[in-house]
Amino acid sequence: MSFEIPNDCRYMETHEWARRDGDTVRVGITDFAQDELGDVVFVELPSVGDDVEHEAEFGVVESIKAVSDIYAPVSGTVTAVNEALFDAPELVNEDPFGDGWMIDIELSDEGELDVLLAPEEYESQIA
Amino acid sequence: MSLRTPPLGPTHAEAGATLTEFGGWEMPVEFDSIRTEHEAVREAAGKFDVSHMGEIVVSGPDAAELLDRLTTNDVTALEPGDAQYAAITDEDGHMIDDTVIYRRPEGDYLFVPNAGHDEDAHERWETHRDAWELEATVENETESYAMIAVQGPDASDVLEDATDAAVDDISRFSAAYRDVVGVDALVARTGYTGEDGFELLFDADDAEAVWTALDCQPCGLGSRDTLRLEAGFLLSGQDFNVESNPRNPYEAGIGFVVDLETEFVGRDALARVNEAGVDERIAGLTLLDRGVARHGYEVAVDGTPVGEVTSGTMSPTLGEAIALAYLPVEYTEPGTEVDVLVRGNEKRAEVTGLPFYSR
Repeated sequence: MSFEIPNDCRYMETHEWARRDGDTVRVGITDFAQDELGDVVFVELPSVGDDVEHEAEFGVVESIKAVSDIYAPVSGTVTAVNEALFDAPELVNEDPFGDGWMIDIELSDEGELDVLLAPEEYESQIA
Repeated sequence: MSLRTPPLGPTHAEAGATLTEFGGWEMPVEFDSIRTEHEAVREAAGKFDVSHMGEIVVSGPDAAELLDRLTTNDVTALEPGDAQYAAITDEDGHMIDDTVIYRRPEGDYLFVPNAGHDEDAHERWETHRDAWELEATVENETESYAMIAVQGPDASDVLEDATDAAVDDISRFSAAYRDVVGVDALVARTGYTGEDGFELLFDADDAEAVWTALDCQPCGLGSRDTLRLEAGFLLSGQDFNVESNPRNPYEAGIGFVVDLETEFVGRDALARVNEAGVDERIAGLTLLDRGVARHGYEVAVDGTPVGEVTSGTMSPTLGEAIALAYLPVEYTEPGTEVDVLVRGNEKRAEVTGLPFYSR
């Protein structure tokens, strides 16, 4: 089985992706992660204005069979939350890198992005 | 300890099933997705490999008496072809396991302990047989049997496509032999999903032929768990556990399996419970706030702990988070509001009559 690993993202060993757009970093969980979890039924996310910290837990994703913490790829203030997931958590399964995104973070330290995994590094991790 | 594998192990691996450890066995947890499998059983039909369930055959002149004295129900009431749900209790009336006892058409008995309980059950039966000087043969046939469940509103159609004769004449909690693609199988109208359906018991060597002949959605233990929880069925070891959460059948909401007119281990303790009433009883919970209650989560009223969730999931059929918990009887009235602590946060929940779902 092969999983989608877009080239415009960087990755965490804990299976989150980070996609930079100017000073904003969009965050979600990977195709591999959603497949491992199975049917996502619940997502717990911070609120706009909350601060999250690099490599610290910021939310929870639950499937029918498992509960999993989600970790922040970068530190910063949350500028947007994908509220669509509260009513349609299955978007995480259907489109993990698109409509299944979780939060936007205002980037405060570019260096934090550099320590994340490049697509090919993440690919070899899940191989 | 190495895991026991069902006869269909290689078939499941080839089908790409995700495997998990359960009761000492390596079993498929998911073939496609839990939701897909769950919906197939509610709306059409699904097949489950449940060969991790035990099979203990009891025969001989005192077979009925031995079974009767080790289970809570009245085994002597079983005619050939009948099946009965019962609890296996200790001297305190606490459930060691729950089981279905089949009186086979030829007259002897086969009972099905839960995964990982077969060796203990076998030993328990032999020890008591010897102590009571009964004449009965007890054989643990778990390794030589395959067990496959076909469940769902279309289960009889699916099964009839693979059999030589009708199966619809087999009534609920009855069993008869049928030729299933040339395999002699005991076909019982029992199950663990809350739907109509059948469980097939037959020679392990024929597992692949029977499995392949059943043309419906393959299902794993993941959907088996969501289906049974919606139907309000208990999971042995999780919703009651003689070591970590000892419960009697009255507390567990299955007092109907206790026949105090019969003589069995635990009978006197259960007669006293029946007389005095229980302090706690299992209750269904539906979460009103967003979240999922899971095994081990605390249940509280006004900040005071009153119980613990034994099973919980997001119900695929109802679209709500549902759970089972033992609560003091004063909180078990449907409509009562309690809180479930989900990762330290109080989530409102409402006591709901069981089952959560019935067809």
